[in-house]
This record gives sequence, C-alpha cells and structure tokens, in this order.
Amino acid sequence: MSSVRVLVGTHKGAFILTSDGKRDKWEVSGPHFAGWEMYHLKGSPADPNRIYASQTSGWFGQIIQRSDDGVKTWVQPGTPPGEKPASGPPKAASNKFVYDSAAKPLTTHQWYDGTQHPWEFKRVWHLEPSLTDPNTVYAGVEDAAIFRSTDGGENWHELPGLRGHGTGPKWQPGAGGMCLHTIILDPSNPKRMWIAISAAGAFRSDDGGENWKPINRGLRSNYIPDPEAEIGHCVHHIAMHPKRPGVLFMQKHWDVMRSDDAGDNWKEVSGNLPTDFGFVIDVHAHEPETIYVVPIKSDGEHFPPDGKLRVFRSRTGGNEWEPLTKGLPQKDCYVNVLRDAMAVDSLDKCGIYFGTTGGQVYCSADAGDSWNAIVHDLPAVLSVEVQTLK
Amino acid sequence: MVRVILPQHLRALSHTGSEVQLEIHGPVTQRSVLDALEAHYPMLRGAIRDHETLKRRAFLRYFACEEDLSHEPPDAPLPEAVASGKEPFIVIGAIAGG
Repeated sequence: MSSVRVLVGTHKGAFILTSDGKRDKWEVSGPHFAGWEMYHLKGSPADPNRIYASQTSGWFGQIIQRSDDGVKTWVQPGTPPGEKPASGPPKAASNKFVYDSAAKPLTTHQWYDGTQHPWEFKRVWHLEPSLTDPNTVYAGVEDAAIFRSTDGGENWHELPGLRGHGTGPKWQPGAGGMCLHTIILDPSNPKRMWIAISAAGAFRSDDGGENWKPINRGLRSNYIPDPEAEIGHCVHHIAMHPKRPGVLFMQKHWDVMRSDDAGDNWKEVSGNLPTDFGFVIDVHAHEPETIYVVPIKSDGEHFPPDGKLRVFRSRTGGNEWEPLTKGLPQKDCYVNVLRDAMAVDSLDKCGIYFGTTGGQVYCSADAGDSWNAIVHDLPAVLSVEVQTLK
Repeated sequence: MVRVILPQHLRALSHTGSEVQLEIHGPVTQRSVLDALEAHYPMLRGAIRDHETLKRRAFLRYFACEEDLSHEPPDAPLPEAVASGKEPFIVIGAIAGG
C-alpha cells in the first residue's frame, strides 16, 4: 500500500510526518536538528531514501545534511560522524558555498537604501534534487545564486551564469533577504530549468544552467520605479505540473500569474481572489488546471483576511477561485503560510499539505475539499515537502 | 592538552561531549587551536570561522580566563593557563532571545 512522508522544516528543527495512503493517522518524529532553522528538506525523485536538508543558523552558518536511509540517520556529506581524522586538510566542504568569482566577477547588487552592496553568502533556502540522479542536487541560496553538487552534497559549485547575468546590480533583497527560493527542473527537457529570486524575478536556462534569461514580461509591480521592468519583481513562488512543463503558475508579491509559454509571457489570473497577495502556489498532481493558493491580506499584514484561513482552488487554471474552508479555522486566525510551505502528493485523491507560522501542518486527503491538522504546535513552519512512497 | 568548550549546537554537530581536548604542536594561539579543532572535527569547518577568510563568525565569541579574547589577533599567544590546560578556551554564542 502506498504511504506518504511529509518533510517539515521549521524555525527550530525538522519534523517528519508519516501516514499510510488513507492519510488519517499520522506518526510524528522530531525535532531533528533541534534548535536549528531548517529551511528546506527534499527527497530525491530518483531515490526516495535520499533526502537533503538545509540546516542553518545565524550563529553557526550553513550546514547540509543528507539521509540515505529515509530519514533514519543523517550525515553531513563527506564527514560521517565518528570518522577518525585524516591527514591533510579537512575534507568537509559540504557547507562551503563560495561564489565563483573566477568565472564571473563578484560584482554588487542593490541594497535596501539603493546603494550597491557586495554579494555575501548567508544560507540555503531551497534544495532541488535532480529528477534522475540521486547524487545531483541544486541549491538556491541567499544572496541569490544557484549552486550544484554532483557528489551527493559533498562539494558545491556555483552556476555563475545566473548571478553574472549582467542585471545583478539591479537585484535587490526583499524583506526576507535576497534569496533564490524556487528551482524547477523540466522533466521533458534536462537542459531546461527555472528559478525565481526575491526581488529580481524569474529566470530560465535552456542549456543546463550555463546561461540564463529573465522571463518577467507581463509582470507588473507598482512598488518599483518602472512597474514593467525586466528585473526587480518580487516573485514569491512558481509551480509547474510535471506533465505540462510549458505552463507555469506564479504567486507574486501581489498578483497570481500564469504563463503558457514557459515563462516568456505572463498574464494575471487573480480573478475573484479576496486578495492576490500571498506566498505559496501549487498544482494538483493529476489535474494540471487545478491550482491552489493561500491569500494573505497584504504585504504589511502577513495574515489571512478577516482572520479566516482559506485555501483557494481554481479548477480553470486561474481567474475563477473557490474558497476551501472545511476543517480550517474561520475566525481569529492570524498565521502566515510561507513560500515553500505547500506541497502535493500523487495519490488518488491528491493530497494537499501546507504549514503555517503558527506551527500547524494541515492535510487535505481529498484535493482540498476538507482539511485536518496533522500537528498543531510545531515551531513556525518554513517549508513542507511530501514524498509519495509506493 | 588544550581544553576547548563548545556551545551546545556545535557539540551536537561534532558528536562531542562538553569538552574537547586537543594536542597543539607549536605556539598555542586562536588560530592553532581552531585549526586543530577543525582538523579533528571537520564538520565544524565554516561553523566557527568563515571557510575562506577564516574570520570569526559575527555572533560567536572566544573567552578564556574570564577575558573576552574575540578581538585579539589570531596569532597572538593565548594565556599560559589555556596552553597548559588549566583553563579552557571557550567558544560561545551571542545571547539572543526569541
């Protein structure tokens, strides 16, 4: 029988939630890496027992963790615990993220006050394992850049063509920092991938990450000097259905957007949403035109409108939205749902999951019609991913 | 033997107890102690000092003999009491709430 494993990153550790395919009874393990900010955990599509995790701290910096046995045990890639010291220089490089200033000069980006500021590595926001090779994984980092490891996370190398695109001096941090938070790999074309940066916008590579082009035509952001500029849009998240990789859905700072040509052009599909501000967006596993968002009141008030936590579903690829409320708090709810904190499983019916800054992780086992809280009281949830296990 | 006390999170990361003992060859300085620490526990590379610049991470401090040695030059000799193992070299995280 199928089962699911939900990987939850929080401000104070990681939690693993498991259930059989009914998704009504759950086992909770954790906290793993207690006390650390766990920005993101994600399993390899090629080997579900291979899971990568970004462990980070303002005090101690970035750590990469890897499990090879379905989260029973973890190692820092390259430095198994208990290994005797070897001669020569320390070999642990799994937390070494150094911008490739040899290939591309390390230039500057725009700071909050409009001055130029040097690139400084802070943390890994998002880990995206290869669709085919468990040892290949991409990392989206702050300050914005993309790195790749081809040895299971032991060593990381920047794909410098993105940061060195030439528009870097115009990129600027959002309130959460200048982060590369979204990485999407095209299942139909191993050379094509998309990323998104707050606040620079969306980019696409058609040659395996060597060269990148901004894909922000159609985005309009009234909070930047030129609302339709090529660069500077605060994209919060992008989602794609794996069987229809030319169609992308975007939750921007304000506005829910859609592209039918792999990002070359975007159109707004906010339609009848009560507010089109938000962070998460995702696509139903079996219905490529069914999408989900969680509207948040505004950029100044990061909580649901009217204290009602509502997921909105569109079965028409946008514009026409219905509120999903059964099982979700409909009064006095003032949590946020962060950009990487929604995921879908591939069971039938499709399961939808999201975590909140109030520490709840909700699951719908019926594509959003009804919801149950798997857990109520975790630390603030930063990310949610789900693995569907056969 | 030089004694080093790590903050709790770094003990967990390096799978060590409350105190680490290191044999230092040559002068006992911040640099030689941290080099030896990272050689024995490579998972601590980057967690105390920046990988490239070897500068102390901003929210960490080095204490010993009731003194804050954080701003001492990395190659300055540490107090004799640290070199002899009488007193520990303490890596401590800045205190912050929340």
